[in-house]
Amino acid sequence: MQDLYKVLNSDERAVYSLRALYKDYGYTQYKMSKFEEYDLYVKNKEFLVSDSVITFTDTDGKLMALKPDVTLSIIKSNKDLSGGVKKVFYNENVYRVSKGTKAFKEIMQVGLECQGDIDEYTVTEVLLLAVKSLQRISLDFVLDVSNLGVISAITESLNVSESVRKKILSLLGEKNTEGISYICKQENVDKDSAELLCKLSYLYGESEKVINELKTLNLPQKAKQAVEQLYEIIKELKRLGYADNINVDFSVVNDTGYYNGIVFKGFIKGIPTAVLSGGEYDLLMQKMGSKKCAIGFAVYLDSLKKLEEEKEDYDVNTVVLYSQSTPLCEINDAVFKAKKDDDSVLVVSVVPDKLRYRQLVDLTKGGKA
Amino acid sequence: MKDFLNVALPKGRLGEKVYAMFEKAGFPCPSIKENNRKLIFENAQVGVRYFWVKPSDVAIYVERGAADIGVAGKDILLEYKPDVYELLDLKMGKCNMAVAGKQDFKDDRKKTLTVATKFTNIAKEYYASQGRDIDIIHLNGSIELAPILGLSDVIVDIVETGATLKENKLVVIEKFKDISARLIANKANFKFKSQMIEKVKSSLKEQVETND
Repeated sequence: MQDLYKVLNSDERAVYSLRALYKDYGYTQYKMSKFEEYDLYVKNKEFLVSDSVITFTDTDGKLMALKPDVTLSIIKSNKDLSGGVKKVFYNENVYRVSKGTKAFKEIMQVGLECQGDIDEYTVTEVLLLAVKSLQRISLDFVLDVSNLGVISAITESLNVSESVRKKILSLLGEKNTEGISYICKQENVDKDSAELLCKLSYLYGESEKVINELKTLNLPQKAKQAVEQLYEIIKELKRLGYADNINVDFSVVNDTGYYNGIVFKGFIKGIPTAVLSGGEYDLLMQKMGSKKCAIGFAVYLDSLKKLEEEKEDYDVNTVVLYSQSTPLCEINDAVFKAKKDDDSVLVVSVVPDKLRYRQLVDLTKGGKA
Repeated sequence: MKDFLNVALPKGRLGEKVYAMFEKAGFPCPSIKENNRKLIFENAQVGVRYFWVKPSDVAIYVERGAADIGVAGKDILLEYKPDVYELLDLKMGKCNMAVAGKQDFKDDRKKTLTVATKFTNIAKEYYASQGRDIDIIHLNGSIELAPILGLSDVIVDIVETGATLKENKLVVIEKFKDISARLIANKANFKFKSQMIEKVKSSLKEQVETND
């Protein structure tokens, strides 16, 4: 077993370790086909991270797509949920346009989804699993948590258009305090709400400290309840000993057309983008015709390649060099001898360029080097 | 090992002014003032590392995490929309994003308007908001030439004093966006160096307010 582990890259290791974690919590694996009908994605385009989808025409003339997302398919498959919560995890490749090259990229994703009657326990469990997932990748991590309920309670009370509301949210996502105060002035937002929004944009840090500060603010009733909900969950995670790396940060806004309630993003030191992202997405469920609630997250494993791997000094331990005149038995004996130390052996007649090896067994000269 | 704060500064006068503000904020790095061609400077004592990059590249360094924070013009942020935090308006390097054209230019709405610019996305967005049909010619410099030679009807560019326009007999038709230098931060690195970044931000903020 130890040997197999050695062979895996850091991202492959993470995949198996995360799958084991979710299985331990009773989640079942959801396996999906590579393709979905394009229709599903067109209807929910805003939910997708990138607009473009790879499409092709199936033999029956239907327009199909290589899946850019897993969540939508899981919702579709869980159309008629009865009571309780359905818990699944997945490990799939998705196809998205990368921002840099503007070309399609295959991205390995591991994640989990809970759909059904989501209660406080389920939300806590998902957050706990998010923390544990990050922990399995690196001990130097941060999980930023927000409750969109707080922000929507404030923005709903404002008399502004939907486009302005969206603009405010994207400014919150940038922690752009001055931008928020400017737009609030332009839209004649009352001073108290404007101040609250500005404050939310730069409030950041250790969960308890931020929540205590939130409690001193003059928030609308609905926002107060949302803060309370956040507080209860984080309190419980703290009791379990998992709150050290959790920060409260209202710049985690995700897409508010679909997400509501608790949202979160996970970061690992040394990786410049979020590696984990998720939240409650009741609005997406509604849009897809379900009356139930849902919460889930995905871990983006492609970014893990940036984590430093232990550098290996050698590509291969022993190189056995033979010529056409070397007897077969001599080659095999040399291989077995080298293998005794349980190390890697490469048998070639020409040593490849730039290969790094510890020792060379040269059989071409009729003797051992 | 103590973590370094990596700062991307825009090469040029603005960058030097910004460095002076960082120095005041308690992040000095004397070697930066030596007159040489080095691009990277560090002060291990306070844990800061500066590097000079092309102003339009600062946002990329920060977005990709090579720099934790940096100073970039709002024009670049609007054009490339990097996924970064925009923490502070430094109120320096102030100018405007504007449409300019020849003195006798009159917009004929029957025709497609040709626009020459470095800022393709900004121009597209601006004219889309006006519902104006346009054709864009992307140029990398000397944008002012385009209307003179009849390459385009108008240009979209940053205008500071308007001197270059004037000398080329062009006029500002509309200023549509205030531009200034902003302090930006990488979203992930912010989490791990938030104390240092907050310290920089609050000190720069104070300095901006006293200068204002």
